[in-house]
Amino acid sequence: MSVKNRLEMKNVSKEYYGNRVLKNVSFSLGEGQVLSLVGENGAGKSTLMNILFGMPVIHATGGFEGELFLDGEKVNIKSPEEAMKLGIGMVHQEFMLLPGFSITENIKLNREVTKDSLLSRVFGKPLKWLDMPEMRNDARASLDAIGLGIDEMLPVRGLPVGHMQFVEIARELDKKNIRLLVLDEPTAVLTESDAEKLLESMKILVDKGISVLFISHRLDEVMAVSDKIVILRDGEHVAETSPRETTIDKIAELMVGRKIESGAMQGRPPSALRDEYIIEIRDLSVDMPGEAVKGVTLDVKRGEILGLGGLAGQGKIGIANGIMGLFPSAGEVKMNGEPVRLNSPRASLGNGMAFVSEDRRGTGLLLDDSIEFNIAATAIQTSGKFMKPGIVTILNSREMGDHAREMIEKLDIRCTGPAQLTRRLSGGNQQKVCIARAITLEPSVLFVSEPTRGIDIGAKKLILDHLVQLNRETGLTIIMTSSELAELRSVCDRIAIVYQGRLEGILLPTDSDRDFGLMMAGEYSKFHGKEAV
Amino acid sequence: MGSELLNRIGIPRLIISLFLAFLVAAAFSFGLPMGQIFSAMLTRFGMNALLVLAMIPTIQAGAGPNFGLPFGIICGLIGATLAIELDFSGFPAFFFAVGVSIPLGAAAGWLYGLLLNRVKGQEMTVGTYMGFSIVSVMCIFWLMAPYTSPEMIWPYGGEGLRVTVVLDGRMEQLLDRFLSFNLLGANIPTGLLLVTAFSCVLLWLFMRTRAGLAMSMVGSNPRFAEASGLSVNKYRLLASVISCAMGAAGIIVYSQSYGFIQLYQAPLYMALYSVSAILIGGASLQRATIAQALIGAFLFNGLLVIALPVANVAMDSDISEIMRVIISNGIILYALTRKEAGGDAR
Repeated sequence: MSVKNRLEMKNVSKEYYGNRVLKNVSFSLGEGQVLSLVGENGAGKSTLMNILFGMPVIHATGGFEGELFLDGEKVNIKSPEEAMKLGIGMVHQEFMLLPGFSITENIKLNREVTKDSLLSRVFGKPLKWLDMPEMRNDARASLDAIGLGIDEMLPVRGLPVGHMQFVEIARELDKKNIRLLVLDEPTAVLTESDAEKLLESMKILVDKGISVLFISHRLDEVMAVSDKIVILRDGEHVAETSPRETTIDKIAELMVGRKIESGAMQGRPPSALRDEYIIEIRDLSVDMPGEAVKGVTLDVKRGEILGLGGLAGQGKIGIANGIMGLFPSAGEVKMNGEPVRLNSPRASLGNGMAFVSEDRRGTGLLLDDSIEFNIAATAIQTSGKFMKPGIVTILNSREMGDHAREMIEKLDIRCTGPAQLTRRLSGGNQQKVCIARAITLEPSVLFVSEPTRGIDIGAKKLILDHLVQLNRETGLTIIMTSSELAELRSVCDRIAIVYQGRLEGILLPTDSDRDFGLMMAGEYSKFHGKEAV
Repeated sequence: MGSELLNRIGIPRLIISLFLAFLVAAAFSFGLPMGQIFSAMLTRFGMNALLVLAMIPTIQAGAGPNFGLPFGIICGLIGATLAIELDFSGFPAFFFAVGVSIPLGAAAGWLYGLLLNRVKGQEMTVGTYMGFSIVSVMCIFWLMAPYTSPEMIWPYGGEGLRVTVVLDGRMEQLLDRFLSFNLLGANIPTGLLLVTAFSCVLLWLFMRTRAGLAMSMVGSNPRFAEASGLSVNKYRLLASVISCAMGAAGIIVYSQSYGFIQLYQAPLYMALYSVSAILIGGASLQRATIAQALIGAFLFNGLLVIALPVANVAMDSDISEIMRVIISNGIILYALTRKEAGGDAR
């Protein structure tokens, strides 16, 4: 095939504050072709798209290295406006539509067809009238092109999400100069039938000679539509292939890759753990926006470190939040055989569960209070710790301070003292304060979500080691949710993978990369028959 | 180093303190009677302290300064007028008034809290207009209420209360005179200061109980409080109850010292003066301490007291009321537009 190259990226590298997120990535995309970018969260896909689209975040952090060619011409895109002028369109994961406007107005936004009015003759272009019939025609044409038969004058508010996604695509299509369209996980929010329709409409785009850069976590879609598949891992271009030359499980294996040496794994073999369950979760669903859980059934062994993994948005985060009562949930959770009342943080805390939230600054800390109060606050409320009885029972500052000093030493929290405000601490030390607060509750089960997000490498290891130490010394059961598979594999005894709000399966840290990759992509059961729980 | 100290003191507090010092120096150089001025400063401080302290619970609970304070104040006025109607005088009158107004204020605070929980994020605007409306509604009450005491109804008879009720012989300066003594020519209103100190201790104790700590958690981070098993609405409600009850008791302390009960439109701007006082004291819209309330009450009222005689001498005119409006509104404006120091960049 001798197709002209529409887009060519040569040796693109990018650093954020000394952290290399892209390393010499090169690929090319032909005219009227579909190229799929696949990789785990944090593999560098978004950064790559930000570079292509000239997002301010790239230039604010020192630009990037490498070269971009569009139809053979070297381009230097400095802003999204420039990218649009060059004919690059993007359909985002989140909708960028004005809900109060009609579909037509959304499609023609900022590119309205206008005609002269009396006022515009005097005052110029801004006062021109809209040529509504013409705009409707244009909008209709784009909508028809992708096979969406709805009325073009309907307001966007109230449309089903699937239709919103199509309106976005229609908008891009309406731009006459469009040469390259980026679809960033367009099917993530769609039902299966809508997703199919969307893939159909992609073919229409391609037939018009538009090149498509497709980003998706759904590997079967990738296999169905791509001409070329580029796999990224840790910012590196690890493989380039095509659906004809590969299989889903090969892609999965390449996506995950071996990032840790077996020696770093601290998980214990199944034989080291008793088959006694401390928590039994039955059909748990949690209504957490963006991380919905849709019927998870899972047993947690007493004294283990259980990992909850999966890609972003699949619902792994929702499990701990639901059990702790922070988001509306339904189903059944038993602790030590006794049912736990759901939707009540107090009941969960009272049952001996503690939670270190993934939303450290939002949920995990009182940023304008001292370290000592942060550590003690929850225990004061749940069990009346640190209170001095008397005619009125008031706070025992000394006891609270002593406890804080003990924790500061034990967890090596770097601070000026127990009275320092947590806002002033670094991310790693803030996380340690959160862990100290959770331990102060003396829980029998500890939920830890994203314990190392936004924390530098040195502190990461310290925190993980602390968690393992806690587990080994006190027998504390830990349920750790993380987007970083390598992290889960290094400390967990078992790892449960969540896909589309359901449990896809449970793996041991020693299982193959291929299995992990397949499970995260939701393809495991197809290869292995029923769920391997 | 220097800028850190400045940050801790806060620019408005620094300016106001310097201005106050300047006025004191000016008063001294004009040869004004300093003893009288200082005792007036202390008295005004004591009169207002409880009303300023009343801001703390709602601020700490995350509902912002209590702009709906007039709601509580009016309950205090009802208590005070009832005491006169029933012909109490002296300490019985004071304690009766306080005893009646605290539960009334608490009930008002509960209703007001229910409203605040429905308008999270707009407490200040809603509170202000809530206060304004309730003052107007109560104007009708003052006219219609079946009070009969000749001390309070219009002198020409008929129904309705006067605009100002004189407390002469009832409880005028009851607390001010209690155990008062003379120090270097200044009259120290001991009883008033004792009541203020007593209120501070009570509030301090409460803020360190489990409920008080919970309240401050709710204000500091509602998500955190929820995750700790607390009901955010419940503690916001509690804060509003306490704040309005304090406002009710506060206005009685204020009235006895002032010597008059002011009805009708008088409570309209009371909240604004207390809000600006606590903000001058260095509190933010999210965090306030007792010390900040006291410092603020002293600076704000001290300034007003001393400005009048100094301005009289300096420019033959009374600008204290104008200054009061400029300072209180200016400070509120400043606090509303200020970005929290060290706040989240998000």
